[in-house]
Amino acid sequence: MPVTTAHYLALSMALLIIGTVGVLTRRNIIVIMMSIELILNAVNINLVAFSHHLQNVNGQVFTIFVITAAAAEAAVGLGILIALFRNKETVHADEIDILRW
Amino acid sequence: MQLDSILFYLFAVQILFSALMTITRRNVVHSAVWLIGALLGVAGIYLLQGAEFLAGVQVIVYIGGIMVLFLFVIMLVPISEESKQRRFASQKWVVLAVIVVLTGQLGYFFSKGSGEFRIADPTPPPEIGVVTTNTEQVAQVLFSEYLLPFELASILLLVAMIGAIVMAKVRPGAE
Repeated sequence: MPVTTAHYLALSMALLIIGTVGVLTRRNIIVIMMSIELILNAVNINLVAFSHHLQNVNGQVFTIFVITAAAAEAAVGLGILIALFRNKETVHADEIDILRW
Repeated sequence: MQLDSILFYLFAVQILFSALMTITRRNVVHSAVWLIGALLGVAGIYLLQGAEFLAGVQVIVYIGGIMVLFLFVIMLVPISEESKQRRFASQKWVVLAVIVVLTGQLGYFFSKGSGEFRIADPTPPPEIGVVTTNTEQVAQVLFSEYLLPFELASILLLVAMIGAIVMAKVRPGAE
């Protein structure tokens, strides 16, 4: 049975669900950000699979933009994390409540 | 079984296993190393799909750039013993509900899409004509049709860089 686009989409779907579970269950913000990277990679697999399926490179160009956004997100997120750790001494999502009154 | 299929299943198993390891490891450094495995698998998937340029970008930007950034921050932030004991937040019913809903939705669109987009059919071979490499095709589209978004992406990266520096630096007099 040859590998078709459906196989790639199924892989992407599984990776997206794993990433979502990671975001929802883990307490450590660094691991949550890694799970976000997993979700973005799932989206990229999807885009490249359709790009291959339709023989059109636009999907690959969009993947480049997604990677750019991921790099920006990682830089800003980790900057926020360092600033937060300096003030609050924690990296746990459930202990960060300084915006709650 | 063709070489294509073998490689696909190899990379798929690598990606999913590494992703599962990433979200379950106690030690954050182990998570980061497993995530590198998953990202390498995704680069392999890009190669199988004929997107060589993206596979290179994936290795250079994700593994060479973003993961080094992650590891740097892990080194800067000490992890307490207590956090290693309790690594999951206690909201398993919400998570279960989200998984069920998400799987249902994606499965529904998946079954719809297989009729609509013919995703289950084998991909047609590329037309033989003017032979251009993948990098050349991407560059053609990126620098003509998507020139404005490309420039905006560079501004986004600049803003993100400045933002990260401003937030991470120690303000004089703040100590």
